[in-house]
Parts: sequence; structure tokens; C-alpha cells
Amino acid sequence: MPEGQFKEGIAGGRLAPSQYDDNFADLHPPLDHHEALVESDRCYFCYDAPCMHACPTEIDIPLFIRQISTGNPIGSAKTIFDQNILGGMCARVCPTETLCEEACVREEAEGKPVQIGRLQRYATDTAMTAGKQFYERAAPTGRKIAVVGAGPAGLAAAHRLARYGHDVTIFEAKEKAGGLNEYGIAAYKSTDDFAQAEVDYVTAIGGITIEHGRALGRDIHLADLAAAYDAVFLGMGLGGVNALRAEGEDAGGVDNAVEFIAELRQAEDLASLPVGRKVVVVGGGMTAIDAAVQSKLLGAEEVTIVYRRGKEHMNASEFEQDLAASKGVTIRHWLQPRRVVSQSGKVAGIELEYTEMQDGRLVGLGQTVTVPADQVFKAIGQTFVGDHLNGSGASIAMRDGRIEVDAEGRTSNAKVWAGGDCVADAREDLTVAAVAAGRDAAESIHRALRGAGG
Amino acid sequence: MADIRNNFVGIKSPNPFWLASAPPTDKAYNVIRAFKAGWGGVVWKTLGEEGPPVVNVNGPRYGAIWGADRRLLGLNNIELITDRDLQTNLREIKQVKKDWPDRAVVVSLMVPCVEESWKAILPLVEETGADGIELNFGCPHGMSERGMGSAVGQVPEYIEMVVRWCKANTRMPVITKLTPNITDIRKPARAALAGGTDAVSLINTINSITSVNLDTFSPEPSIDGKGTHGGYCGPAVKPIALNMVAEIARDQETRGLPISAIGGITTWRDAAEFMALGAGNAQVCTAAMTYGFKIVQEMIAGLENWMDEKGHRSLDDIVGRAMPNVTDWQYLNLNYVAKAHIDQDACIKCGRCHIACEDTSHQAITAMVDGVRHFEVMEDECVGCNLCVNVCPVENCITMVPLAAGVIDQRTKQPVSPVYANWTQHPNNPAARQAAE
Repeated sequence: MPEGQFKEGIAGGRLAPSQYDDNFADLHPPLDHHEALVESDRCYFCYDAPCMHACPTEIDIPLFIRQISTGNPIGSAKTIFDQNILGGMCARVCPTETLCEEACVREEAEGKPVQIGRLQRYATDTAMTAGKQFYERAAPTGRKIAVVGAGPAGLAAAHRLARYGHDVTIFEAKEKAGGLNEYGIAAYKSTDDFAQAEVDYVTAIGGITIEHGRALGRDIHLADLAAAYDAVFLGMGLGGVNALRAEGEDAGGVDNAVEFIAELRQAEDLASLPVGRKVVVVGGGMTAIDAAVQSKLLGAEEVTIVYRRGKEHMNASEFEQDLAASKGVTIRHWLQPRRVVSQSGKVAGIELEYTEMQDGRLVGLGQTVTVPADQVFKAIGQTFVGDHLNGSGASIAMRDGRIEVDAEGRTSNAKVWAGGDCVADAREDLTVAAVAAGRDAAESIHRALRGAGG
Repeated sequence: MADIRNNFVGIKSPNPFWLASAPPTDKAYNVIRAFKAGWGGVVWKTLGEEGPPVVNVNGPRYGAIWGADRRLLGLNNIELITDRDLQTNLREIKQVKKDWPDRAVVVSLMVPCVEESWKAILPLVEETGADGIELNFGCPHGMSERGMGSAVGQVPEYIEMVVRWCKANTRMPVITKLTPNITDIRKPARAALAGGTDAVSLINTINSITSVNLDTFSPEPSIDGKGTHGGYCGPAVKPIALNMVAEIARDQETRGLPISAIGGITTWRDAAEFMALGAGNAQVCTAAMTYGFKIVQEMIAGLENWMDEKGHRSLDDIVGRAMPNVTDWQYLNLNYVAKAHIDQDACIKCGRCHIACEDTSHQAITAMVDGVRHFEVMEDECVGCNLCVNVCPVENCITMVPLAAGVIDQRTKQPVSPVYANWTQHPNNPAARQAAE
């Protein structure tokens, strides 16, 4: 029987044990003190800085960088947390190259933006390592707020509400809090159990209770929450996964990329985690990249991302695409899945049809190619599972399959707000956008409650 | 190829770049390394009179301030004159001059303010074959407390007296080094000239405290928790030095007095600027102490390239060329009108020009035009102050464009006059009014 990297099919232990730690080490190691000073010196302290406006949470970036450069990283962290209490995770996972760093004037000046993300991590790490808490709860208001989902949106909302003195209960379906920060991000972006450290840091303000294993529609119901609490914030993200809609996709070895990523994040021992020798990932977003890169890092020999449109249409940023390429992942464009080829119930390959744009529409060209695979990951988007929302009581208006909200995060139900991936027009499917939505909804809730209280 | 050989009061060197009297010229080892690197000359670190050696502090001697990326902008020191034995220094000077006859070796001196002391040391220096002496009337720390250095340099009468003693007791050219820690640099220069000096060199270092340690509340550099003022030098002092050199170069009394320029000279460009203001050569210290002796290669090549490009054949072609353009404020042309202009292709939209103008000046630069981030000068508000040019991080992105005669100045709504007119003729000047009456 072939061993290690030569094992056919889906198997663990493809690499030497020591290799796993190396492969899954921090993607961007933290800046040390000297590096942070050198980098912070590069910031021009722009007027009405473009980077600030490119940040969904509108962190005052020039100010926090100036604070680093003047030897005040703790003050810098406060500038960040004032706008984004999950600034630590955002520093790690934000696609800065399409947000703040793309807007940095030094990108225009010399193609080398200030490394804002890594500076943000420097400041937030400094404060969090020092256990420095910046916020105290206001006097208790006696108001109770239910938050559904302990992901970025829910945590940001809970923290802001707790600051105002409200009592927050977060209902979380999963065993751990953090949402996609805990279950949905490539391991090399959040090392050393940072997601849980951040949850602890956020909840340390007090007034926030997290009840785990409590899923909406199963253990709790919206109508009951709306009745029992002064306000409800829905931030449960997306529960469903799009199907390939290709013949034979129920074959063994055809898996959801999000589940693979979650399993990998929770794995005690990465060597025991099975992965195919030949892996195909279908999709063009961050999830596709995370699944493909991590398959490769687990020792898969051939990993191919197939995407039905062109490079420029991919949701994954250029940086992510380059990262995948640098790890040996092949990205093939203009191919859509037609049929999963299986042998004895197990996937053996995937038949793909060539595509192109005709008059603004994507069309299949009839020609196909079959890529051999012993594992296929579906990463073609997630869907909102909203059936349980409107089981009883007043219904919540939906749009495009997700919750409809206004600019403040208000739903059609006066006691219910929502934010993050579960809402229609989610600002972007990014951690940082969810944080902004949660924070802003909390402000709206607070305004509403204060108004109601006279 | 430009000829950059230097002849300063008869002291010849292959180029005008000398190392100033300071730690880099304290002993043969350093000086030989400097000559190997290409330096045209040195002013040997100041010798004192024979006797027990000078004692230095054993803690930090230097403090500094830094710009971005910790680039050293200003250095301060509390080191005294040489703490090596006089005879050792003299022996080394003699040997070095013998081995490097084409290089300038000038010896800096500081002895007590009595003629006997100068009479005693001058023959000893002369015997080494050194090319000249520089009188250290500038050192602002330590020695000044003992009545030497800047304690002499701050009293013009003392300067004149000591220079006279030296001229009377040696055949060597005398360069008088001036302290900037005075109110009017022309006074000590005039005194040196009156005493018969062959040249002046300036500036020596400026009294300074570089920083205060906020943990210990000690000034830096800190010696066992205490600090004292030290001599400030480096790029940060260059503008002060340029002005003082120009003041002496254009003073009626001292005009024509040879000047060896010192003060933050870091590149060939700095040296050329000093020479354009009338200096015959350039002395360097902090730049060498920051980057090592190799920088002289850049200075030599840079000066030669610039001179070739501009068609200057020798140093005489450039020395003093900027002097006619240094004047008093009252003679500046008040009819000259310039407006800032932002090159939109070069602009990176940092907005610093806008906020500087908006918060602190004349509200003459837009931040937003038609809802788009856009920085443009409003000529009807622009007074041509140049602040935007100075804060812009992109070189040549913002330039000052003079308005041609006859063009309407949008701010004053008046046509630009072709006539030169200065404050002395201005109707708002009471003195001008009186003269007219």
C-alpha cells in the first residue's frame, strides 16, 4: 500500500508530522517593534484619508498609525477598537489589498501601500497581550437584548450594547463563539486560537452571556425572543450551501468547502485530517481559495480551482489568487461543472464544460474536459436558510432570499434588527462589514430604546 | 571634466571636502582611513596645551534627533577637545602630513587665553609641517566653562586679541572658527579680520538639549541621571549655517574674507550651496559620523557631475555665485506674484496641501470638486506662500508659478506690474512716505 503523499483517495497523514506546523504557521507574521516603527513612519497622515473611507468600519487609520509611530501602541489600539472591537481579527483576515491598502495614497505614489493591516495587528496585539480593556459598561439600563449568532456581527453588536449598559444574551448554535472567525477562515490566518481569545476579550466588558447550542428555529424562536426581550439582533450568517447542480454530485468525496474549512479549524491533529490526492474546488471566492490552499497544505498532490468565469470576475482578491498560485494551486477559468464522474459511488473526476460570455450572458460551449479528482469541494456560495424565521408571530420581510433591513439594520419588525451575511445587501461578505453592521445596528437599537424610555 | 582642486588661503587639497575638527580626526588611524577614502583634507581634532590629558565623561557623549525611518537629522555632543597626549598627536600629525603631502592637514587649537600659551604651542604645530591652524573659539560645552572655546568666541575683543597673537607668532595661515551662539555673527567675524585672520570657519555647534527622558526626567545624553547642553550639528543646522555664512560673505567689512563652511553638510549639493554663498570649501563631520568616510565619493562625483552639467570648470566659477542674490527683505520685489500649481498627474491625493492651507494658512486649496476628492489651488485666495509645496510628499507635484507681467492676479484683481518695486518705495512704508515728502 502506498503511504504518505502517495496514498490514493481521501486520506490523512500525507506529510511528515513536523510539516503541518510549518504549513499552517501565521500567513503574515506579526511586525516586531522595529518593523512597526519603520512602517508607521511611511504613513503621510493624509487629510480625510482615503484608507479610512475604504474601511467598512471607518477606523481612523492615520491617527492609529501616528500613535504607533509616537510610541503609543495602546492608544493606537483604542483608536481601532473605538470603531471596530474585532480589530484584531480584521487585521488578520481583511482583504486589505482591496480595502484600506488599495486606497492608500502610497499605493498610487509608488505601488507600495503602508501595511495598514499589519500595523493594526501590531497595535491590537499589543493591547490584547497586555490585557488592556478600554471600555466600561454604563450603569445598567435594565434593558435586555437577544442576539442570535456569536459571529462578528453579533459580537460587535453585543459589545456596543453592553457598553451602553444593556444586558445581552447571545444565542449561538455552535459549540464555540466567533462564527466564521472560528469556523470559516483558513487556519494560517488565525493562529494560536486567536478567535477564542478575541471572544474573551470582547465579552470581558461584562453584561454579555453566550448560550451555546441554541439554534434559531430549533431551540429558540423569533416570536418568543421578540416577546421576552426589549430588542433582538439577528446575526446568524448563512446556513446553507449552494449545490453544484451537476449530475452525480451526491457521490462520495463531493464535500462542502465550508465544512472542510470548519473541520480543519477544529482539528486537534491536522495529520489525521483526510484530504484527497487530487482535489478539485469549484468556485471563485475566498472560500474556494481557503479550501484549495489548505488542501495543498495538507499534502494533496494536485489541487485545481475551477471557476466558470474569468480571473477578473473572481470574488477572491488578487492577493488570494496569487497566494493560491504560490502554494501550487492551479486556477482554471471559464469552466462550469457538468457531471461528477464516479466509480463505485466515489468521485473519480469532474466533467467541466467550457464557457464564455455572449452578449453579457454566461453560456456553455458544449465542449467539455474531465479533470480527475478523488475529492471535490463545492465553494459556489452560501445561502441563507430563513424558513425558521417566520414560523409564528409577525413575519420578517425578506428580499432576495435574505432579511431585508434599512440603513440602520432595522427589519420590518420594530423589535428586530439584523446584520452581517444574513441580510439582503450585506455590505460585503467580509468580517469587517459584519462588524460594522453589528455595531451600527446596536447604535440604532440603543437610540430606539432610549427613545422608548423617554 | 570639472577641476575641483581647492586652494584655500594657500592650503591646497585635491577636492574641497575636509573633515572638520571632531572625533573623526582625533588620531592618525582615522585620518589615514579618511584620506584613503578620498577626503581632501582634515582639521585635526583640537589640541590643548601640554599637561595632564583632558578628561571626558565615560557615559554617553552624543544625543540625536531623528526623522522618518530613524534618519539622523541632528546630533549633539558633549565631548571635549582631544584627550590624547599632545606629543602623540604632534608626532602623528607630522607622520600623516609626510605620508599624504597632497592632502590638507590643518590643526585645531585651543589653549588658555594668555599669549604665553599660544606662543608655546604654535612652534610645536609648525614643526609638524601642518598646513595651517584653526582656532577653536566655538566649542560650546565644557571648555567654555574654563574660559576657552565659545567663551572666547562670544567676546569679539578676545577673538581679535588671540588672532593677533597667533599671526604674530606663526607663519601658518590662521583660520578662526566661529561659534553661532551669539546674536550677530558679523561681529566676531569682523573681530577676527581685525586681528589679521586669514579666514574664518563656521559654524561650530549650537547649544542644545536633544531630548528629555520621560521615564527619568533627565536631559539626553544622560550622565548618571544628569544632562548638560551639548553642541548641535548635522542636517538640522544647515539653514542656520547657510545664513551665517551669507551674512559674513555679504557684510561690507568682511566681504572677501575666505570662509570655510561647516554646518550639516551631508551631500555634494549642500557643499555646493555653501560655496555658492561664498564659502571657499566645505568641512564635514556629522555625515561622516553617520555613514562613514565613504560618503566623500558621492560628494566628489556629485560635485563634478553638476559642474560638468552646468559648464563650471573650476571651484572659482561657483564660489560666491549666489551672493548677489542674498539681500534684505526690504529689497525684495513686492510686485512679483506667484501662485501654487498642483500637477494633477503627479498628485497622490494625500490632501496635506489642503489641510495645511485650510487650517493654518489662506484657505486656498480645494478638497472636493463636484463630489470628487480633488486638490486644486484657488488662485483668488492663493498668496503664494509656498507652504503647500513644502508639505507635499511628492517632489515637484506642487510648484510656484510666477504670473507674467500684465496678467490679472485673481486675488487682488490687479494686473501684475512689470516694474520692480520694494518696501523702501511702498506707500505703506512710513519711511518711504517721509522720503517722498
